[in-house]
Amino acid sequence: MEPLTSALLYLDGVTVSFDGFKALNNLSFAIAPGEMRAIIGPNGAGKTTMMDVVTGKTRPDAGEVLFDGRHNLTRLDETEVAALGIGRKFQKPTVFDNHTVSDNIELALKADRRARAALVWRETAEERRRVDELLEIICLAAARDRLAASLSHGQKQWLEIGMLLAQDPKLLLVDEPVAGMTDTETRQTAELLRAINREHTVVVVEHDMAFVRELGVKVTCLHEGAVLAEGTIDQVSTNKRVVEVYLGR
Amino acid sequence: MTRHLLIRSLDRGAVTFVIVVAALAIIVPVLNLATPASSALHLPTYLVALFGKYACYALLALSIDLIWGYCGILSLGHGAFFALGGYAMGMYLMRQIGTRGIYANPILPDFMVFLNWKALPVYWYGFQWFPYALLMIFVVPGALAFVFGWFAFRSRVSGVYLSIITQALTYALMLGFFRNNFGFGGNNGLTDFKDLLGFNVQAETTRNALFSISCLAVVLAFLLCRVVIASKFGKVLVAIRDAEARARFLGYRVESYKLFVFTLSACMAGLAGALYVPQVGIINPSEFAPGNSIEAVIWVAVGGRGTLVGAALGAVAVNYAKTFFTGGMLAPYWLFVLGGLFVVVTLLLPRGIVSTLRHWTALQRDGASAAAEDGVAEPLPAG
Repeated sequence: MEPLTSALLYLDGVTVSFDGFKALNNLSFAIAPGEMRAIIGPNGAGKTTMMDVVTGKTRPDAGEVLFDGRHNLTRLDETEVAALGIGRKFQKPTVFDNHTVSDNIELALKADRRARAALVWRETAEERRRVDELLEIICLAAARDRLAASLSHGQKQWLEIGMLLAQDPKLLLVDEPVAGMTDTETRQTAELLRAINREHTVVVVEHDMAFVRELGVKVTCLHEGAVLAEGTIDQVSTNKRVVEVYLGR
Repeated sequence: MTRHLLIRSLDRGAVTFVIVVAALAIIVPVLNLATPASSALHLPTYLVALFGKYACYALLALSIDLIWGYCGILSLGHGAFFALGGYAMGMYLMRQIGTRGIYANPILPDFMVFLNWKALPVYWYGFQWFPYALLMIFVVPGALAFVFGWFAFRSRVSGVYLSIITQALTYALMLGFFRNNFGFGGNNGLTDFKDLLGFNVQAETTRNALFSISCLAVVLAFLLCRVVIASKFGKVLVAIRDAEARARFLGYRVESYKLFVFTLSACMAGLAGALYVPQVGIINPSEFAPGNSIEAVIWVAVGGRGTLVGAALGAVAVNYAKTFFTGGMLAPYWLFVLGGLFVVVTLLLPRGIVSTLRHWTALQRDGASAAAEDGVAEPLPAG
């Protein structure tokens, strides 16, 4: 099938309503392959709902979501979306608490996800090497045999990012990666995301304006389920309507 | 392939458990059959039958722990699968009675003659043949679990809602089996068994053999559970238990995993019921009672959820207590004791007996790191 658009992720007129409340209201934007995009917006702007729609958790009432120009994501569920190559990091760090750090990564590694395959699976040298490599990237090599439950909040965030990388997705959706992090951790996370962006397309949803500035990427500001402004952080943050929405009320 | 599956699934606790159960399978019959009744070491036959019952309960507990402890599926209707396996065995045993029944009908079991039935219902066909009955012991509970699970897991019914539907399932089956026109002996169920594969079910030797076979079944089911849990499949199960949404977003088809393990568990419960019936000599609809399923869950909670060994020990310990209490003056208070036990364990030992012990030893061994506390996080051996 010929791609319908060159964008990696393409949302057109997406509307989602919950009991009459429009969480997304005719939302449209496009993410180019290889891009890193920051999505900002006040609480209730529809950022998380947008992620739910893209990852197959929520079905929109109207609109189109195309991945890679050919896959209509609105018809797929979470598992199918993940199989296409979209990884998602939750707002609250979600890792497998009762597994070791390395097992967490191993479970996320790109592999046959079917139950049958999992029953007879054996770790290969290549997979072991990949796990080691990822643990280095997320600075958790020393903690590989610890239970994920024992990690600090920031470490869990990183472990989850590491799990995303292990999936090797084409598109990473990252929901508030620096919530609850110290300044140093925030800086390191910005660095990590930039490194990830060298090989992956990334969409970051974030509240923290300092962090978004640090990323230095194109910004989309959402408000009441629709795009309010788009551009560089300086353009967006000086936009009159954005200022109004953030400070006016 | 199979060798590495088995090796990585065995730790010290698992090996000890297997050895102890296997040893019991030999020692108990020896003490019963090879010692004179006057000897101090002699084990009376009624105890052999009682221990055989405990072994069946342990098997049922293992099946519950596999889904509850490792995948977070709390089935409050596992007694249904146990009873269905029991009925499949009961049907075989009924067909073996033949002309020795009160009405001496070579084909129809007594209760059908009594109800004036002229022909054997189609679903009773084939049960005179042991291999077929053996197959049904697994297929009937397995198929029900598969169909039930297919709908429930696809619709993402989980948690307390799933538990409630499983209760409804077992309750509905109980009401059905109580009806005479269901064709399973109604209220009275199936009883008055004569022989199993040509051996008299009342005979001492048969009772001992059934006990040993039940122990063997516990060992095999335990090993099977260990193999499943130690595999990546098992890790995915625990992942689903702890963060189902995360597992989905990683691309795991959660419902397939749940369906597989739920069906496997139901087959194990069916086998437990099938071994139980010839040892107690009767199967009737009260085995479907919702309370039975809840009791089985309590065994697992008391012993230690997510440990397998704990589930089996919990089943034996609670049932031993039940035998002890219901045998004497305290009989009317048993349910209070059971309820109290559940409350005490939940409050004081929320991990159950075995997990708490493991937790303590882990704490003593290496201070803060209690990696082995759940028995699910052991690192894989190299290679």
